Amino acid sequence: MNKIILIIKREYLTRVKKKSFIIMTILGPILLAALFIVPVYVAEMEGSKKVIGIIDETGIFMPQFKNTDNMQFLKLDMDIETAKKNIANNDLYAVLYIPKTELSVPQAAKLYSTGQPNIIVKGYIKSVMRKEVEALKLRASGVDPGILKSIKSTIHLLTIKINKAGEEKQSSTELSMAVGFIGGLIIYIFIFMYGALVMRGVIEEKVNRIVEVIVSSVKPFQLMMGKIVGVALVGLTQFALWVIFTMIIVSGFLSIYSTDISKFKESQLQMQTENIIPTDNMQQNADVNESVIAVFESIQSINFPVMIGSFLFFFLGGYLLYASLFAAIGAAVDSETDTQQFMLPVTVPLILSLALAQVIITNPDGPIAFWLSIIPLTSPIIMMIRIPFGVPFTDLYLSFALLILGFIGSTWIAAKIYRTGILIYGKKISYRELWKWLKYKN
Amino acid sequence: MSIILEAREVTKQYAGHKALDKVSISVPEGSIFGLLGPNGAGKTTLIRIINDIIAPDSGKLLFKGKEETNKLVEQIGYLPEERGLYKKMKVGEQALYLARLKGISKKEAQRRLKIWFEKFEINSWWNKKVEELSKGMQQKIQFIVTVVHQPKLLIFDEPFSGFDPINVNILKDEILRLRDDGATIIFSTHNMASVEELCDHIALIDNSKKILEGRMKDVKNAYKTNSYEISYKSDIDISNILTNGYKLLELSEEEEIKRAKVRINNNDNPNDLLKALIPHIEIHSFNEILPSMNEIFIRKVEENKTINQPY
Repeated sequence: MNKIILIIKREYLTRVKKKSFIIMTILGPILLAALFIVPVYVAEMEGSKKVIGIIDETGIFMPQFKNTDNMQFLKLDMDIETAKKNIANNDLYAVLYIPKTELSVPQAAKLYSTGQPNIIVKGYIKSVMRKEVEALKLRASGVDPGILKSIKSTIHLLTIKINKAGEEKQSSTELSMAVGFIGGLIIYIFIFMYGALVMRGVIEEKVNRIVEVIVSSVKPFQLMMGKIVGVALVGLTQFALWVIFTMIIVSGFLSIYSTDISKFKESQLQMQTENIIPTDNMQQNADVNESVIAVFESIQSINFPVMIGSFLFFFLGGYLLYASLFAAIGAAVDSETDTQQFMLPVTVPLILSLALAQVIITNPDGPIAFWLSIIPLTSPIIMMIRIPFGVPFTDLYLSFALLILGFIGSTWIAAKIYRTGILIYGKKISYRELWKWLKYKN
Repeated sequence: MSIILEAREVTKQYAGHKALDKVSISVPEGSIFGLLGPNGAGKTTLIRIINDIIAPDSGKLLFKGKEETNKLVEQIGYLPEERGLYKKMKVGEQALYLARLKGISKKEAQRRLKIWFEKFEINSWWNKKVEELSKGMQQKIQFIVTVVHQPKLLIFDEPFSGFDPINVNILKDEILRLRDDGATIIFSTHNMASVEELCDHIALIDNSKKILEGRMKDVKNAYKTNSYEISYKSDIDISNILTNGYKLLELSEEEEIKRAKVRINNNDNPNDLLKALIPHIEIHSFNEILPSMNEIFIRKVEENKTINQPY
């Protein structure tokens, strides 16, 4: 027992001390945090007031452009050619040119600017013009825009599940989809990354010819399990550090920029609502509140203890199942380039389960979903996708039990291949050969 | 002399072929035991079975007369033929790790490794990565980690490969010193010169069977041909003197000194040969020719081949 702990320690420490681990641990959260921060930061950078000159030959649109915190609109009394020439001299961010057309529906509006125009600016100009054009068209067909606003509605379809006891539960399909899929995806990535790490570790020991030195001190099974557990701990460490660092970076960023961000949000809201008639504005806010409440309610509808418990179980169970198979592959080959022929049958169920995610989501209680969430090779990913939709406990327990049997079985098979394979060099191994190894006595 | 390790009718079958067929050996305590045999004879399989890396299909292993494999690995030090170290790990760290896997405490391992590193004058390597060392240097580390837990039984499989002649001598001295300190050594090699030099017992395995075992002296005596080498000065033709049962095998001449190899009959006394020669020639040396291990090895293996394939 002491020896397996020594092995776990070595496997863990050598990997954690590696430069690549440290770089990944630092880089990962920065990249993740960047996903949150960059959009805010970019908007912040462009926060200075942009002056946009408008030459509106129709005369219809100019009054609709209202200045915002970030944008100021200026009517230009010059022809477009002069405006184009003076765009830089006049400190203009851009010049919007709306030529006069017959139908008063300009198809030829142009935005001139020195650099690539900001997406927010473009979006704002487009939405202002669209709204005005729509209103014009409605008036032309004799519809009062007020009527349209009153009939415009937003529908929230609350999905409510009734269980056998007759209890009702609100659910949100979108959210279930996202939670389940992300859980499955994390398991998929973890199995692939760290399973491959186990395999490379085994190959390294074979290539370095150290393996026979070590198995003269410990059992091959101890060496294999020590490596699998050690690498699992590396993965969990990296995962935990990522979560913690990402939270620190994001929350640190938010506390520094919180005032700016609230301002930014305000201005965005202002932008959205600027041209909307007050009643509409309220309606929209009400809609937002309603959907937020709906999301919160359905978040509550997901059974988090089951979700988190199952995630941890499938995360580790799936890893143990596959890592032992990866270890066996490593033992059967002499170099990483030889792994291809054995990798395929191991990776197919994994890739298949992710590829079938869409099918499972559309029909989470169907036969495909059921069987794939029971079979140990696919259950870690498929069951994670199913759980947020509500899975009968019998299915869940069956899946748990089979996964435990699955990784005991795969470890048993892997151990047999491993202890023969690690001592064989310079021989191309076929499946038939592997089959023979399974039958060798101890 | 007590037996430290005994293998009794050890058999190991792999799909397709028998790696070991009822092989029995007895390794006397305190000996240097040469385990010899051509490539693929089954030596490595036997060594792996002794190390409990693989299990025999049938047969027994007795350590000091008892059949317990538990804790046995801690009493054995094994230097495999296919050996290496973790390239990216530091020398000291790695030596400590391998020593602790053999069951000695960290403190004790540190103390003993320090002594060995000083003895081999390699203290400065402690914090180097293994990949920075030359192959010969790595072999030294490998040797140290094989013996650091002071095992009762040491198994060296081709220990001298990768060493230059100077280091081979250092290593030979260390092996002899370990023997003098009470360790028993099983020594597997194809280098017959070092077998002659080091071993006092040998076993020859060929084609998964043991075909010869015993004290080196006894083995050599059993295979001697009653031949003698005489170097002498004389102008006369020695073949004329050698009558009645003496057979001249070879005659060579080197400046004034001539050398003759002569075989006598089994029951004859070499003194009679000397008596017959003395009146005619000036004798400078007279030696019995004992077969070299190399000759015995080749002869036995060839014999075995004809037994196995009679037609």
